[in-house]
Amino acid sequence: MPLFREPEGGAWVAIRATLKRDLVLMMRRRSEVLNPLVFFALVITLFPIGISPDPELLAVIAPGLLWVAALLAALLSLDSLFRSDFDDGSLEQLLLSPQPLPALALAKVAVHWLLTGLPLALMAPLLGILLSLPSGSYAVLALSLALGSASLSLIGAIGAALTVGLSRGGVLLSLLVLPLYIPVLIFGAGAVQAAILGDGVSAHLAILGALLAVALGLAPWAIAASLRISING
Amino acid sequence: MSLRLQARKLACERDDRWLFRDLDLDIHAGEIVRVEGPNGSGKTTLLKILSGQLADFEGELYWNDHPMRRKRQDFLANLLYLGHAPGVKAALTPLENLAWYQALAGEPDAEAARFAALAAMGLAGFEDLPAGQLSAGQQRRVALARLELIPRPLWVLDEPFTAIDRDGVAALEGRLAAHALRGGCVLVTTHHALAESPALRCIRLGQGGDDAAL
Amino acid sequence: MWAFIHKLGSPKWFYAISERLLPWFWVAAAALILVGSVWGLAFAPADYQQGNSFRIIYVHVPAAFLAQSIFVTMAVAGFIFMVWKIKLADMAATVMAPLGAAMTFVALFSGAVWGVPTWGTWWMWDARLTSMLILLFLYFGVIALRGAFSSRDSASRAASLLAMVGVINIPIIKYSVDWWYTLHQPATFSMTSRPAMPMEMWAPLLIMVLGFYCFFIAVTLMRTRSEILRRESSKRWVRELTMEVS
Repeated sequence: MPLFREPEGGAWVAIRATLKRDLVLMMRRRSEVLNPLVFFALVITLFPIGISPDPELLAVIAPGLLWVAALLAALLSLDSLFRSDFDDGSLEQLLLSPQPLPALALAKVAVHWLLTGLPLALMAPLLGILLSLPSGSYAVLALSLALGSASLSLIGAIGAALTVGLSRGGVLLSLLVLPLYIPVLIFGAGAVQAAILGDGVSAHLAILGALLAVALGLAPWAIAASLRISING
Repeated sequence: MSLRLQARKLACERDDRWLFRDLDLDIHAGEIVRVEGPNGSGKTTLLKILSGQLADFEGELYWNDHPMRRKRQDFLANLLYLGHAPGVKAALTPLENLAWYQALAGEPDAEAARFAALAAMGLAGFEDLPAGQLSAGQQRRVALARLELIPRPLWVLDEPFTAIDRDGVAALEGRLAAHALRGGCVLVTTHHALAESPALRCIRLGQGGDDAAL
Repeated sequence: MWAFIHKLGSPKWFYAISERLLPWFWVAAAALILVGSVWGLAFAPADYQQGNSFRIIYVHVPAAFLAQSIFVTMAVAGFIFMVWKIKLADMAATVMAPLGAAMTFVALFSGAVWGVPTWGTWWMWDARLTSMLILLFLYFGVIALRGAFSSRDSASRAASLLAMVGVINIPIIKYSVDWWYTLHQPATFSMTSRPAMPMEMWAPLLIMVLGFYCFFIAVTLMRTRSEILRRESSKRWVRELTMEVS
């Protein structure tokens, strides 16, 4: 075996391997994928019981309820994003690889969105039926959630990276992340409401897209810096 | 190839106590440097600083006579670090674990090399079992298989002998010696006494022990 | 230039210079706040719509200004600390966070009190009050994160990073909350949109704002000084200083 070989596989090879590894890991621990979905359904069940089963009332508040519940469900799974890697030492190996850390972090976030945000978005219309969400807004609900949850995953990953080294990081994580979620919530729920009122939704979706673009541009660097801080202890 | 890791005036303070101060190191190719000292004397911290993981220290690091800050990428491409935690995913098989490390290191995706590395670590027959079902010593061997798999001249190993049986210890010791002989460089902490050799050098931590005064 | 910045970043030098500056800021703050509140509360004309209850803006507006400025200052200090590793900047950021949170609370509380005669309720989801509430949570996050780390260096870097992330988000939050508010516009008028004020009304407000800023600088200087003593307690110059005093 040679003493040294120049790393030849570029960043893209490492990103693909990280995507594959995290996907395989999540598929082997299906409960982690299912938990947020079950939580989402449960919370949505609680609202009619806690407020009123009146379909007209539920129809009015359904967009907000669905969005808030989906946001909390996505938050629930955030804490585990880097935690197992931190515990078993793979995170320090990730940080010491000669590949760009922001890109590798982005790969991990992408898997999180693929297995949390996207399923939540696909499931939301089903739960919309339970809340008598007016017809014509179902597609917008799923689309706004799919778009918005990607921003949520990116922003949330900053918080997850900052708290991964802390033993009681879970509660702190929600304190750090929830205020930053508010713009996404406003435009996400706003899109569904606009669809119900028959207004154009393209402006809302465009703003959600713009938020995602900003998050995509900045969050990977913030996540990488946060991971470096957390590994310091 | 040339290989030189230097530290000048290294000092690290934790909880108002100096772990070490004014530490000068000069590590060359062909050396095995063993960092010793009692528990809590900062061995792991020193290794983390020298592998570029910790930023909270005073002093300057040099890689091949250049400040580390400017040569970080080159340094990482030469480094193989093995920490306290083995970095082995319990839900993945040893082969899958190694495949990720191969890609992360920029190595070609070669399954034969992975099999060979695992066999060299005495893990033949365990390649396709989830690592969580292996014993602690076997998991450590999966991590150590990276030494076989990824050609890097600078090895930084934190307690690599943990949980390894006697035969494994002897084999690993031989591997370290062979690496130094080939012009590689090993930086290791261990409670296990390494066999005397001209390549071996010891750095002792923990006499400092005074508080952070002055 | 570099030498000057590094001198400025030296805690010892800062400790000496701030001692001389501090009385001036205290005097300026006291004088401005005194003049501003007497003028604003006693001499400025009453509002034609709200009567005398509008006078709470002489506390609410400066507090709200300060609440936002402190967060921005904190993020800038965090940036300076992260990039140039000037520990003094981090010390200042540390002591600013509780003050900023307090100012945010003052703004919220005065807004709530103002709501009683105006809206007939202690709380309205007014755009500015909502933004302020979110800002308060952002402050809590920074303070809690700093307290959660055991290593001071990590705590400082984490808090700085979060402050920087927060400061990028503040305009986005503000814009989206304003947008949300106009969408759900209630019939009452908002604190943010008011007709142009006559000079007799805004002049005392300006004085109050300046007074609050001087107060902020004075408190920050004072608390940074004690933070310096705490963190540098093992350094020789601090030991000599305490020897002299005792």
